[in-house]
Amino acid sequence: MGKKTPLYQSHLDASAKMVDFAGWDMPIHYGSQIAEHELVRAEAGMFDVSHMTVVDVSGDDARTYLRFLLANDIAKLKTQGKALYSCMLNVSGGVVDDLIVYLLNENFYRVVINSATRDKDIAWLNQHAFKYPNLSITERDDVAMIAIQGPNACEKTLTLFGQAEQSQLQSLGRFESAGVGDFFVGRTGYTGEDGFEIMMPIDRAPRYWQQLIESGVKPCGLGARDTLRLEAGMNLYGTDMDATTSPLISGLGWTLAMSDDREFIGKQALLEEKQQGIAQQLVGLVLKGKGVLRNHLKVVTDAGDGEITSGSYSPTLRQSIALARIPAGVVGEVEVEIRNKLLKAEIVKLPFVRDGKANI
Amino acid sequence: MSNVPSELKFLSSHEWVLIEGDVATVGVSDYAQESLGDLVFVELPEVGSVIAAGDSVAVIESVKAASDSYAPVSGEVIEVNSELEDSPERINDDPYGDGWMYRVKMEDLDEVGELLDADAYIDKIADEE
Repeated sequence: MGKKTPLYQSHLDASAKMVDFAGWDMPIHYGSQIAEHELVRAEAGMFDVSHMTVVDVSGDDARTYLRFLLANDIAKLKTQGKALYSCMLNVSGGVVDDLIVYLLNENFYRVVINSATRDKDIAWLNQHAFKYPNLSITERDDVAMIAIQGPNACEKTLTLFGQAEQSQLQSLGRFESAGVGDFFVGRTGYTGEDGFEIMMPIDRAPRYWQQLIESGVKPCGLGARDTLRLEAGMNLYGTDMDATTSPLISGLGWTLAMSDDREFIGKQALLEEKQQGIAQQLVGLVLKGKGVLRNHLKVVTDAGDGEITSGSYSPTLRQSIALARIPAGVVGEVEVEIRNKLLKAEIVKLPFVRDGKANI
Repeated sequence: MSNVPSELKFLSSHEWVLIEGDVATVGVSDYAQESLGDLVFVELPEVGSVIAAGDSVAVIESVKAASDSYAPVSGEVIEVNSELEDSPERINDDPYGDGWMYRVKMEDLDEVGELLDADAYIDKIADEE
């Protein structure tokens, strides 16, 4: 028996196929993963993401602490509610986790981390807290989270709010958030589509989920969430990067703020890696013919072998796509070994799909 | 509850077989398509190839995973369902009809005795659930 989110019964009522995900009983799909994927690209779907870990970091030292802990710089957050994507690194420059941090006010940040890494992350956060006397780290296991995603997601969600709240939420830009009563609404997501991620008190979640269904948003499972994020060129922690890979070889160089003299955990290792020359790159691959690219398949290039980190079928492109870690500098075409055959795949610019449109 | 037609024979690896004279039509069961989820690619044996019972002769890929599909009987492949190349979802929609995979001209009719009947297959999938 796994852990259950407040929406567990709602999933059973909707005939979800439940699977174990990092110790949680979660819906993988409600009938068809591909139909759910297409719904999010074309209209709106929603995901129960209450298994994710929400941590509030507050106090006079919160800013200094997070600037030391995170590889991206929260000093970039200039306005209340603004969100930032960042990696949290170990001293070797490996990724402890990736996360989103929201600025709630000057001394108050909300951090959303992965569920599979919860215990490790909480330990890591606390381990580095002792130097900061005015710091409070609080895990918010009293909130549920629902992600509503798709071109019509915002519009359909807004109908559930009152007039004043609607205009407040309408003015949110991408990667901005606002508190609305006991709801916290971020215009963020993990699908490459517009939408909201909404946190709310646990006991409000089942009714809100039902109201979303009534306003025309259909439940979607973690299966669709995975193919959507892959099409959007977004990494999955533990699959595309982990504690042994640096952001520099994980397509996450853009998330590193290291041009000034700010010190952060892992910075020294990253500087050394840059100086020695970054050996690998994370790229997007599109399979030329029929077949499906899968995690851990070997990628053969002129400069040596690489490996697929996330591979699947892209419902939008109707062909197989993947993220792969291969030697740096390789461009053009590579080969992937599938069942002892070498199949051609092309290196493409990420994302594969954004806001419903294929970039390939 | 999965659909298990009583006129068919089965393998415990979830292939179904329809025997008509010395020709066996092979597909994957409703239970298997349901477990695999949306199918996106099917690799079938070549027409004219000779296959042996127990060989891995086809690959069925869903969004989730790739699965080998095994030959229930031995013989020559005389026809494949080439519609599956562009529409693998036929297996999801109609596993015992439009979703058939290939036909074999059987070498040894005694092999049919080795296959599971519908009741035995129902017991088998009950064990898995």
